[in-house]
Amino acid sequence: MKLKLTALILFLGSASLFAQEYFPKNDGVKAKNNNYRAFTNAKIYVTPSEVIQNGTLLIQDGKVVQAGKSVNIPKNAIVEDLQGKSIYPSFIDIFSDFGVKKPEKADSQGRSAQYKPTREGFYWNDHIMPENNALNRFSYDSKKAEELRKAGFGVINAHIQDGIARGTGVLVALNDEGSEAKRILEDKSAQYFSFDKSIAKTQSYPTSIMGAIALMRQLYYDMDWYSKGNVETKDLSLEALINNKGLTQIFAAGDNGNVLRADKIGDQFGIQYAILAGGDEYERIQDIKATNAKLIVPLNFPDAYDVSNPYEAQYVSLKDMRHWNLAPSNPKTLEDNGIQFSFTLHELKSPSDLKSKVQKAISYGLSKTKALEALTTVPASILGKSGEIGSLQPGSQANFLIASGDIFDKETILYENWVQGSKNVIQSKDQKDIRGDYNLSVNGQTYSVSITGEVGKPKVEVKKGTEKLESKIDYSSDWLNLAFSENDTNSYRLIAQVLPSSDTITAKAVLSNGTETTANLTKTAPFEEKSKQTPSEKPNLMAVSYPNVGYGYKTKPKQENILFTNATVWTGNSILENTDVLVKNGKIAKVGKGLNAGGATTVDATGKHLTAGIIDEHSHIAAVTINEAGHNSSAEVRMKDAIDPEDMDIYRNLAGGVTTIQLLHGSANPIGGRSAIMRLKWGENSDGLVFPDAPKFIKFALGENVKQSNWGSFSRFPQTRMGVEQVYTDYFQRAKEYEAKKKSGQSYRYDEEMEVLVEILNGERFISCHSYVQSEINMMMKVAEKFNFRVNTFTHILEGYKVADKMAEHGVGGSTFSDWWAYKFEVNDAIPYNAAIMASQGVTVAINSDDAEMSRRLNQEAGKIVKYGGMSELEAWKMVTLNPAKLLHIDDRVGSVEEGKDADLVLWSNHPLSVYAKAEKTLIEGAVYFDLEKDKMLRESVQQERNQLIDMMLNEKEKGEKTQTPVQNKKERFECETL
Amino acid sequence: MKFLYINSNNHCPLEGTLGVLLRHLTFMVSVVFSFTTFAQQTPAPPQTEQVAIFGATAHIGNGEVIENCTIIFVDGKITAIGADLMAPTIGTMINAEGKHVYPGFIAPVKSLGLVEVDAVRASKDEDEIGDFIPHIRSIIAYNAESKVVESMRPNGVLLGQATPQGGRISGTSSIVQFDAWNWEDAAVKTDDGVHMNWPALFRKGNTYQGEPDAFIPNKKYGEQVGEIKTFVENAKAYGKAASKEINLPFAAMQGLFDGTQRLYIHTNGEKEMIDAVTLAEKAGIQHIVIVGGYRAHKITNFLKEHNIPVLVSETHALPKFDDDDYDFPYKLPKLLVDAGLLVGLQNESMANFQTRNLAFYAGQVVGQGLDKEKALQLITGNTAKILGIDSDYGTLEVGKSATLFISEGDALDMRTNQLSKAFIDGRDISLETHQTKLWKRYMGKYEREGK
Repeated sequence: MKLKLTALILFLGSASLFAQEYFPKNDGVKAKNNNYRAFTNAKIYVTPSEVIQNGTLLIQDGKVVQAGKSVNIPKNAIVEDLQGKSIYPSFIDIFSDFGVKKPEKADSQGRSAQYKPTREGFYWNDHIMPENNALNRFSYDSKKAEELRKAGFGVINAHIQDGIARGTGVLVALNDEGSEAKRILEDKSAQYFSFDKSIAKTQSYPTSIMGAIALMRQLYYDMDWYSKGNVETKDLSLEALINNKGLTQIFAAGDNGNVLRADKIGDQFGIQYAILAGGDEYERIQDIKATNAKLIVPLNFPDAYDVSNPYEAQYVSLKDMRHWNLAPSNPKTLEDNGIQFSFTLHELKSPSDLKSKVQKAISYGLSKTKALEALTTVPASILGKSGEIGSLQPGSQANFLIASGDIFDKETILYENWVQGSKNVIQSKDQKDIRGDYNLSVNGQTYSVSITGEVGKPKVEVKKGTEKLESKIDYSSDWLNLAFSENDTNSYRLIAQVLPSSDTITAKAVLSNGTETTANLTKTAPFEEKSKQTPSEKPNLMAVSYPNVGYGYKTKPKQENILFTNATVWTGNSILENTDVLVKNGKIAKVGKGLNAGGATTVDATGKHLTAGIIDEHSHIAAVTINEAGHNSSAEVRMKDAIDPEDMDIYRNLAGGVTTIQLLHGSANPIGGRSAIMRLKWGENSDGLVFPDAPKFIKFALGENVKQSNWGSFSRFPQTRMGVEQVYTDYFQRAKEYEAKKKSGQSYRYDEEMEVLVEILNGERFISCHSYVQSEINMMMKVAEKFNFRVNTFTHILEGYKVADKMAEHGVGGSTFSDWWAYKFEVNDAIPYNAAIMASQGVTVAINSDDAEMSRRLNQEAGKIVKYGGMSELEAWKMVTLNPAKLLHIDDRVGSVEEGKDADLVLWSNHPLSVYAKAEKTLIEGAVYFDLEKDKMLRESVQQERNQLIDMMLNEKEKGEKTQTPVQNKKERFECETL
Repeated sequence: MKFLYINSNNHCPLEGTLGVLLRHLTFMVSVVFSFTTFAQQTPAPPQTEQVAIFGATAHIGNGEVIENCTIIFVDGKITAIGADLMAPTIGTMINAEGKHVYPGFIAPVKSLGLVEVDAVRASKDEDEIGDFIPHIRSIIAYNAESKVVESMRPNGVLLGQATPQGGRISGTSSIVQFDAWNWEDAAVKTDDGVHMNWPALFRKGNTYQGEPDAFIPNKKYGEQVGEIKTFVENAKAYGKAASKEINLPFAAMQGLFDGTQRLYIHTNGEKEMIDAVTLAEKAGIQHIVIVGGYRAHKITNFLKEHNIPVLVSETHALPKFDDDDYDFPYKLPKLLVDAGLLVGLQNESMANFQTRNLAFYAGQVVGQGLDKEKALQLITGNTAKILGIDSDYGTLEVGKSATLFISEGDALDMRTNQLSKAFIDGRDISLETHQTKLWKRYMGKYEREGK
């Protein structure tokens, strides 16, 4: 109720300007204008694809009556002849904060994070605000409206750009003359979402994109639960969400990865979002297409980097240079792939940038029809408002542009932008073009005058002979003011009414002494526009690679049949000399001597070693974020929502013989997030990287990180190891009770976090637990035993050697560093003999990295286990292949060179445990994902393409185009503790 | 304690196979268990009798290798080395047939002994406040009893340069050996050099101030170089006349001008290196060392002309730029060696405990095609020259310190880096550590329990 009241007040507030029919009137008589306006002989774009030559547009009372070839013009019509001019529907932007009060940034947090919400009667998370309506914070901004109209816009859908669930938008016509009652076309026009937290709120959760995604999922589950009447208390957020269900749902996503993330949330709940994209959809166009989402696309084409200083140029990555090159082709690529998209001013500095950006997109191949659709019919259809805005069909709002020609041509002048039948002059279409060269005779003297610039905003140069004089010009409506001075004592002020019929201008001249006389300007030459540049050639576009970064592949690797001959082969239980391995259809078909190649390509592996691909049980590469640190339990989050398929470290891992990783959540919380087990198929998208049918895993963590010992945070439970035990006991007990309720048949609130914990209790999900000191390791096992399950893996497990016998008894594996220690207090007793000792007690031991650098030479880390503790070479090797495969329960498919297993193989130049060994080929399922020879070629092509693009950018600068300072966009590298 | 020393230090021949080793260890642990717990290793006494190692493959540290080599040292100095020596009849004889002898590895520009646990502020003494503080001396904070320092020795790292960190001029380093009672004992060369962190052309954007979350041009580069210039010029002028009032920072710079100290300039960019060397030379600084040198391969001619050695960063690093070759850090030292520069390896940016992997950073370059003996020079002979301690350390040559070790196999490869003996100045040092003690304690526990 409250909301509606506010809206009403808003309407009332401006009522005096433009009263409603039924309002009393005390300042005059009631008078209604029922006249028509007809615009004749114009080229009319009724829609982008329906064009009428020499047509008539008839409007009345702010609406289109008709647009057509032969229109009956009523007698009470004001008729305007638009011969040679064009009429377009005016533009629409549906991603804007026009007129909406910007939220104020909350004071930065104190020492400790804020975990509780600040509101009562709303959803538990402050960043969920579907109850917000832009209307409540809206006040019409006529200054900004003018800017927008100048750029061609007639209608804006504005929303509060703050928070994850942002509430509804308000659809506003840019009609200065109307009241809010008239110009607000819809007060709840669409519902908006994003991945970003509110800047006005400081509640900690979520700290990551995967947390935001999990929060969205839970929100929808809770909406359902609430709508069925299961909640006794009031939740205005959920009520609003339920009420807004029928609206268009718009998700502000961003880059192509985020577009796919947003769409996936919708898929799960049967919602098709319209999605705000990032402008880099061309990188993954097939995936984008498959979303079936209508996109809202920014035109934020980057300026060229100023690479004139070679020292600075080297900081710009090929990826960024290529984006400069390809971004303007993004709209064309969207069009070519049949994706529906609208444009937005979002991320442009000023509305006035629109025209040049659209022109650029057109010069890169976008059709003008699609460009116009992206500004008119598509945004209208996204909002479900096609009958009202975006076209000039009968009954539509009379929102249209009058232009001198094709709206996207550079020379075209936009004369008028009519909104709701109100005329807004951008530039007078009746104003005579006075540009050209003139002879000026005044007071017996002759001067030459040259008028250039824009028709409505001309520039002037006055010369006496060859001497340039100081001069000023002003030309508005049909009055010209020209002032110039020859010297301090001799100045002239000219004023003239310009007559459309004559090229000669007769002016009144006032001299410095006050004398008034007549001046005559006689045209000697017409104006000629000097084209600034040579007409733009066809842009030279670089090819997209997969992923679209340096060292990406132009074509994705395919399975090959390969026979490796005469290699030293490391199988699961032996090292075979002079042995052949046949790879067929992605599998290891045969291991033996003297094998027949059949049709397979033979690779002579004499003197080389062939092993299974390395498996890193603990990795944080290929992720956009690692920790959801907003709660002490985050079982609801999934690492697979945060995969970064473009991370160069994937390629570098392949170059180090790594084929499979477990992308783990970080160690911020006792209960972390769900893992993504991935195959490093460089070039695939997030889904393509995920190991198919992989067992389910989750990260747990113990010790200093979950206690938040090393970064002054004192408010979150737990602060001690004692507390950590209670966190687990509490959550598992609740999970048990949750499951009992679920099984009992009673209705229950679906809780994704509890669902995950139940999986653990039932042995369907495995724990990989970050652990350091023996007390906590022991505790974790006891908690698990109490709840009747087993911990699968202790990762890091630096003091595992102290309780190795207990671990063996519990049946848990250990995945440890080879030799890390001394970096914090809890690793005082970490020793490099840990792996060997645990193995001696029968624990399955793996060596992991937790580090993007170390992960690409895990073979060497296994070599260290030979040094520290005297492990046999085969056993040491298994610690980075078969043992982690066992710990991940994928040893039936990968981890050793055995017939029938997947062909995830590495060909090494040397003994694989040796510091001297290089991976020469790395295969995943029989496809070569790294090849030393291919790498050489890639290096050359990276350099070549860099040089080419640098050249193109230098050219751009020379042409006088805008440039930007070089920057090095560096990917953040993660480890457990990265927040 | 004497008992412990004898048992675990001098008579613990690691004979190569784990079985033998473990049997010995188990025996030892059971005998000495009650003594060991948490004491650090006791420094070895001075060499009292001649030691001769024979039958070894000796890696000299200057690029040479001598098979079936005999090495004799007395009073801490090498008195004879060669393949054709007569077997001595006095002192200790060590049969090193099939084994390898190396000069002790040298770890430059590290905060070893200045930091114990990285995350525990109270244990950190490497970074003093202030921008231009050459008078800050690392040696007096050097913890000879550090458990991290101790852990260097079993991997052959026997010497290091204890180096202050941070600021523009971080302070003055000293070179220490890793088996000492106290810092005076440890000092090999006190106050050997001043360390300067040269400004970089690019810096991380400050997102709080609306800058991009990226590396952006450092507009203050010129100004920052100007500050260095002013400081160096002032320090030089100060030294030309006797001043009544001592200026500690200026005074601490004087060794640079008279050639008794080195200036270590930590920097990576091409222009930065050229600017740094030009400024330092102009100021009359005689010994200049580049630390880092990520782009040094682009200016090898310049560095050669100016006779500038480079202490390259650890090879176990990721490329700094996305478009760099994946193996660029692996091969950079080779590129510089091939160009004829004097090159050493350091791992300043890594945690101190990682310094025990120094040998493997060198081994990594061998994988890129550098000759093994040349790779060894990167952590021995070359480093000694760069640090100015080559008259005593870095190579196995007559007259030099007997700071060396015996490894079962190739010490540059982790599989075979297995030390059985190590000597610093002829002293037979312990290869036990906090870590080996824990190993033995817990293996002992399991063995006792029959597990």
